[in-house]
Amino acid sequence: MTENALDTAGRRAGSPATGGVGPSPVAGLPPGSGGRPPRPTLGRRAATFADSLWRPALVLAAFVAAWWFVAAREYVPNYLVPTPGQVWETMTGQWSELARHTVVTLYETVFGFVLAAALGLATAVAIAYSRTLDKALYPIVLFAQVIPKIAIAPLLVVWFGLGLTPKIILAVLIAFFPVVISGVAGLRSTDPELLDLAATMGAGPWRTFRKIRFPNALPHLMAGLKVAVTLAVVGAVVGEFVGASEGLGYVLLLANGNLDAPLLFADLILMSAIGIVLFVLVEIAEALLIPWHASRRAGVSLTTS
Amino acid sequence: MTAAPADTGTAIGMSGVTVRFTSRRSQTTALDDVSLDIEPGEFVTIVGPSGCGKSTLLKIIAGLVTPTSGAVSLRRRPVRGPQKEIGFVFQKAALLEWRGARANILLQAEMRGMDRALAARRADELIEMTGLTGFEKALPHELSGGMQQRVALCRALLHSPPVLLMDEPFGALDALTREQMNAELHRIWRETDTTVVLVTHSIAEAVFLGTRVVVMSARPGRIIRTFPVELPAHRDYAQVMSDSRFDRLATDLRGLLGSAAANH
Ligand SMILES: Nc1ncnc2c1ncn2[C@@H]1O[C@H](COP(=O)(O)OP(=O)(O)OP(=O)(O)O)[C@@H](O)[C@H]1O
Ligand SMILES: [Mg+2]
Repeated sequence: MTENALDTAGRRAGSPATGGVGPSPVAGLPPGSGGRPPRPTLGRRAATFADSLWRPALVLAAFVAAWWFVAAREYVPNYLVPTPGQVWETMTGQWSELARHTVVTLYETVFGFVLAAALGLATAVAIAYSRTLDKALYPIVLFAQVIPKIAIAPLLVVWFGLGLTPKIILAVLIAFFPVVISGVAGLRSTDPELLDLAATMGAGPWRTFRKIRFPNALPHLMAGLKVAVTLAVVGAVVGEFVGASEGLGYVLLLANGNLDAPLLFADLILMSAIGIVLFVLVEIAEALLIPWHASRRAGVSLTTS
Repeated sequence: MTAAPADTGTAIGMSGVTVRFTSRRSQTTALDDVSLDIEPGEFVTIVGPSGCGKSTLLKIIAGLVTPTSGAVSLRRRPVRGPQKEIGFVFQKAALLEWRGARANILLQAEMRGMDRALAARRADELIEMTGLTGFEKALPHELSGGMQQRVALCRALLHSPPVLLMDEPFGALDALTREQMNAELHRIWRETDTTVVLVTHSIAEAVFLGTRVVVMSARPGRIIRTFPVELPAHRDYAQVMSDSRFDRLATDLRGLLGSAAANH
């Protein structure tokens, strides 16, 4: 890591300007003022990440402690609020069952999210590129967003049965909107001068999209994807509420019916874990895809974009 | 150079060009009946008060703005839509913020599908020439305003365009670097048969670089006068500055610009 940084620093410092090449050589211009600030290395990024983590970790620990205290002293009966110990026992005791359901919900969520991202991006491109499609699609997208999607869930179950399909569709429906909105905003944010530039370079629409408009839209788009991925979890779980034979939403209903508070809590924790893990994955993808953007806001907390 | 045959006739022709921008609230006449013919290999500099339509004029030649009326031709072909046989330096550097300096320069090659090795070699030459060595990988926000402009200049020169349109390319440079860049641009122009149109606010720059200086009036932009620059084709910065012809022309220009701005 350090060796790498030193290496690049060395290369930067090397090869001083050697003056012009023609008959009237102009002396090398003053070679700037030293180097430029180093790009944050992976190690430094990990350090900032750890730094951004300890405060929420502390709050979380305090919360768990308070929970433990309240539950252990039975200020609230245990059938309503179990102790963290009980939850832990349930989690480990029924792990194989829970893991199976987690995988189902995870699958629905990821499938739905990926579909929503693809469809959302395609829609955003259509809206950003065509005035006609903008006028035709935008109101419909907006209208689709206004319909309470949770209310559609029963209908989807009637149409597509108890399998995974209605859950995935619901996840797509919920996650779709933020992708479209952020995609359109990103694609529209291209500096008109850059498009002029592309035109004087004789580049066709595809090259302009690939080299200018899409990369330019990425920061917006990634922000939308982060919202979308957390919403996709909601979609999948709501779908399971309405009619399912597996998945964390199904387990939740079951636990609720049996007044099995420890299982209910364990289930909630797993649902949240899915959301958090997927969110972090999207954030890592963001850091890899648009390091230039991250380095612009270097020093700013990693989790707020 | 690109395989441009020895040009005859006009490189850039504008006749009776008027541009009106209509927005919901107002109508702006940016250019009013502008006619200008530029011979191949000429270096025309344009000066005029802020907002008089200089940038618009360049964009008209590039086919990025369509005139309300009038005709424009580039290398004897009528201008309809964006032209690609040009290098354009925009008033803002217009760099891609996710690309390093060198990659920004090479955008020109990628968009045109130029030969990679050739483009890379040329990019390195230009980087060295403009004093950007050591900053090849720096992102635009890590560069100073002047360096960003130099990157934009390199990008416009990469494909050795027969026509170069430059909109205040050295506005953000310090005086010394500006002189050096002027000398460098003068050398490039002299050694190639490039036709250059350069917009500037600096009278010294306009006279040092130009074979002709075009003075525009405040809005609506008209060409008030065109001055031929009677200085040798091969110019040395210090020599030009102490030349009496330079002084006379600069004084004339200053006077004319002063009255043009006063009419505003
Ligand atoms: N796209 C546009 N829409 C509406 N008005 C415009 C547009 N572009 C330019 N104008 C107007 O046209 C006039 C000329 O603008 P232009 O940018 O060509 O001026 P300029 O001479 O380059 O000024 P400066 O020296 O400050 O760069 C201005 O009044 C400006 O407000
Ligand atoms: Mg301008």
